Amino acid sequence: MLSIKNLQVSVEGKPILKGLNLEVNPGEIHAIMGPNGSGKSTLAHVLSGREGYSVDAGSAQYKGLDLLEMAPEIRAREGMFLAFQYPIEIPGVNNTSFLKKALNEIRKHRGEEELDAIDFLSLIKKQMKLVEMKEELLKRPVNQGFSGGEKKRNEILQMAVLNPTLAILDETDSGLDIDALRIVAGGVNKLRSPNNSFVVITHYQRLLDYIVPDFVHVLSNGQIIKSGTKELALELEERGYDWLLEEAESKA
Amino acid sequence: MIDKTNKTASNNDENIAMSDEQQTIQNITDQDYKYGFVTDIEMEEFPKGLDENIVRMISAKKNEPEFMTEWRLKAYRHWRKQKEPKWPKLEYSEVDYENLYYYAAPKKDGPKSLDEVDPELLKTFDKLGVPLEERELLAGVAVDAVIDSVSVATTFKGKLGELGIIFCPISEAIREHPELVKKYLGTVVPYTDNFYATLNSAVFSDGSFVYIPPGVRCPMELSSYFRINASKTGQFERTLIVADKGSYVSYLEGCTAPMRDENQLHAAVVELIALDDAEIKYSTVQNWYAGNKEGVGGIFNFVTKRGLCGGKNSKISWTQVETGSAITWKYPSCILKGDNSVGEFYSVALTNNYQQADTGTKMIHQGRNTRSLIISKGISAGKSNNAYRGLVKVNSKAENARNYSQCDSLLIGDQSGAHTYPYLEVENPTAQVEHEATTSKVSEDQIFYLNQRGISTEDAVGMIVSGYAREVFQQLPMEFAVEAQALMSVSLEGSVG
Ligand SMILES: Nc1ncnc2c1ncn2[C@@H]1O[C@H](COP(=O)(O)OP(=O)(O)OP(=O)(O)O)[C@@H](O)[C@H]1O
Ligand SMILES: [Mg+2]
Repeated sequence: MLSIKNLQVSVEGKPILKGLNLEVNPGEIHAIMGPNGSGKSTLAHVLSGREGYSVDAGSAQYKGLDLLEMAPEIRAREGMFLAFQYPIEIPGVNNTSFLKKALNEIRKHRGEEELDAIDFLSLIKKQMKLVEMKEELLKRPVNQGFSGGEKKRNEILQMAVLNPTLAILDETDSGLDIDALRIVAGGVNKLRSPNNSFVVITHYQRLLDYIVPDFVHVLSNGQIIKSGTKELALELEERGYDWLLEEAESKA
Repeated sequence: MIDKTNKTASNNDENIAMSDEQQTIQNITDQDYKYGFVTDIEMEEFPKGLDENIVRMISAKKNEPEFMTEWRLKAYRHWRKQKEPKWPKLEYSEVDYENLYYYAAPKKDGPKSLDEVDPELLKTFDKLGVPLEERELLAGVAVDAVIDSVSVATTFKGKLGELGIIFCPISEAIREHPELVKKYLGTVVPYTDNFYATLNSAVFSDGSFVYIPPGVRCPMELSSYFRINASKTGQFERTLIVADKGSYVSYLEGCTAPMRDENQLHAAVVELIALDDAEIKYSTVQNWYAGNKEGVGGIFNFVTKRGLCGGKNSKISWTQVETGSAITWKYPSCILKGDNSVGEFYSVALTNNYQQADTGTKMIHQGRNTRSLIISKGISAGKSNNAYRGLVKVNSKAENARNYSQCDSLLIGDQSGAHTYPYLEVENPTAQVEHEATTSKVSEDQIFYLNQRGISTEDAVGMIVSGYAREVFQQLPMEFAVEAQALMSVSLEGSVG
């Protein structure tokens, strides 16, 4: 599904990712944790094709394709989805028609027929139940005036409608109350299948009670310094990152 | 959207150039004019230049009554004493008025029905996606098509005639309804009004005339398509719309022009008159050739549009979507003379490459309880310059006048400019005048967000811009709104790389 080898990325000459390796197979859920500023969002952005990053070395393959060569909209149409840490507001653009356009772009790319307004509405109504989002939000401009939690739910709604093969969730749990957290996690679990994969970036082991990961990685200073199973998250919760950082330093 | 600034301003010049986010948003403005082609119709031309003789010839050619010839000549003599205004924020090489043709018309006489219309012309409409025959049936739109200076096709006349509605070329109205023309022409825009309007008064070629009788609600959108076709031919449209007491009309004006290398002058005049309880809605989609990406060629568009809310409870609403022309100089205005009358101005002005626009409105409050609303959305891309210039004037007798103005600017790329010049003259203390202005830019984040959902950059920019201008598009009749949004995307193609 996703194979990242020795990825080195810098921003304005400053190295951020310093030789990152990651293998994600179909059906797997990977959690990425790590201190603030360690490069988690940078990784998510580079994988989804945001400009402004320079890839200095390494490679990233997605479904056997050279990911880093593809335009961001092509990655999306190939089934890659990023739930943004900070979802963007698009004033005046209706949330529903935006999502319909997005879905139809993806369908067109796959050679499928575009959905008309009626079919789309029934799909979106169904998926809204999954994230228990207020219908009123569909009529509003994309994310404009949404509360922090509403924005995050809107991301998950989009994910549910677009049904990606690989979804990267960048701190989707931050800013959510306990109920919302359960709902969002429930949505992810319902979408989970042997054919798709999730990369879940989070600071809190709490989320991983609901979305149970197959692997947990710790990203620090641009490298994955430790990988393990869900028990690693529990240990981090208890002990923090310091012991890991020291361990990594003494190794180096 | 970032960089939001709110200001209550009286008179300020704001020049915003963008500096960051250069990597993605650079101006790769390589969109050629999609509707660029030239129709091969034989033209009949008068000699170049302008003198009294030419004015007389134009009038004679149209079999105009004496009063019209005299009016034209007065305008001509006045124009000779005028100088071109220099106050707009526009830069262009001087127009050589002696080197222009002032009259051009298809050589054959005007056809009586579609069968008689030059097939070349019909093909032209086809290329524009405006098949006349279909339009006729489809949306119930009557089309008064103007190619160059003379109207060559008018439809739906019969149906409108039953209601007493007059919708015809103004040249025809001058011959067949001289009393109406004499009564209203020049009453809102006098021939002395300004350099371009004066020139237009002397040499206007053709345009539309609409009269809606008392109490009649015009059952269909009246529509005109304008094209400029002859090289070096100034286009001098003149439109006059009169809505008698208690009547209603919605009028659409849309234009595209063929690709040409030479600058072409356009100086149109539109006069609207709404009597007691009458309402006029005037919508424009303007997409004349804007010049190529180096700024060569394109239409010089100097337009005077003004409406008079003459009667009590009358209403005039202007909606404009301006995407074309190398230069746009245009201030559709309302004189709110009748008590309780309402004036509205909704505008989207988009400039790209080297286009320049200086546009806005004037709301002149004269009657009591008059209200006006201004919603202006400027969009600047490439190396273009876009200025909003608006005046809200409340006369001393205009008790309880109210105005709300919202003037927004959107910047695309880092080399375009946006400017706002709101002028306020309030002579009555009971007036309530509110002005808001914002400046924002299409951000890299917004484009990436849409990209990440599978939407291409070009579509993303089109969506963002349409969203930004939504309040204005909502004012347009449905099929026009769709066309206008498509035009946005076409005009901005390649403006973001
Ligand atoms: N455009 C940029 N210019 C300069 N530095 C940047 C830029 N983008 C990211 N960085 C730096 O890269 C580092 C990694 O940032 P990133 O957002 O990937 O961290 P993160 O792991 O997601 O942190 P958090 O947990 O706080 O979300 C930070 O030090 C950040 O300041
Ligand atoms: Mg982050």
